[in-house]
Amino acid sequence: MSQANADQSEAALLARIRAGDKAACAECVERHAPGLYRLALRLLGDEDEAEDVVQETFLNAFKAIDSFDGRSSLGTWLYRIAYNAALMRLRKWQPALVSVDEPALAEDGAELPRQLFDWCCLPEEDFETAEARAELESAIQALPEKLKAVFVLRELEGLSTEETAQALGLSPEAVKTRLHRARLWLRERLSGYFTELAQARQGS
Amino acid sequence: MDKENCRHLLGELSAYLDGELSEAICVEIERHLAECADCRIVVDTLRKTILLYRTAPQPGFPAAARERLYKALNLTELL
Repeated sequence: MSQANADQSEAALLARIRAGDKAACAECVERHAPGLYRLALRLLGDEDEAEDVVQETFLNAFKAIDSFDGRSSLGTWLYRIAYNAALMRLRKWQPALVSVDEPALAEDGAELPRQLFDWCCLPEEDFETAEARAELESAIQALPEKLKAVFVLRELEGLSTEETAQALGLSPEAVKTRLHRARLWLRERLSGYFTELAQARQGS
Repeated sequence: MDKENCRHLLGELSAYLDGELSEAICVEIERHLAECADCRIVVDTLRKTILLYRTAPQPGFPAAARERLYKALNLTELL
């Protein structure tokens, strides 16, 4: 679908939701619930909590649909609501960890890489085991708070830099910096696992 | 992994892998990579990391959760 067609179909969907058309609400749910759920799941690490966030997001969004100003896309707006709902829960659980006094991220990237073993040589099936997949998922969930939402939206849910910035209330530059840091962070973390695997194979 | 060149490269790596840099800067980076084994490893393993998470299956929205959502939104007749 071209951008113009996508905009048009979203405008039509929005008009129907505003008119109270239930089928339009269901269409919106089908389109956006999976992505919202994955964002909440990665942020909260709990399926029930993630489900609650998705419910809360749609309940609030449909109630406030008249106040949606269309400056972002509907999807971006929903991500923003879900992100804020998830943050509220996180703050409730661990106020110290989501403090606004967190030190700012260094602008020039990150600390220097420590993992310097080339594990790319591993056979392809070693990257596809259930254990490797679980390692990847837990690495994503363990990303530092400030990097995680950027990483999930930009890299896993396919939002553009601009959309991610709108959804999270960041500048596009901050999105780019955090995405870069998230990638480096994941490389370090996965290197720990895959290096051990590669060395064990070499030794065997 | 403490030289000025490595540090500089590190900051540009995402843009490099995303193909967002000018040809001139890419040439400069590739020249450094030809000389620096550590940076080559970082680039290769970073590229692999990105490939891994982009191709990994993503969790879906569970059917039971979808049903409860429809109920909460008063949309059950559309299930």
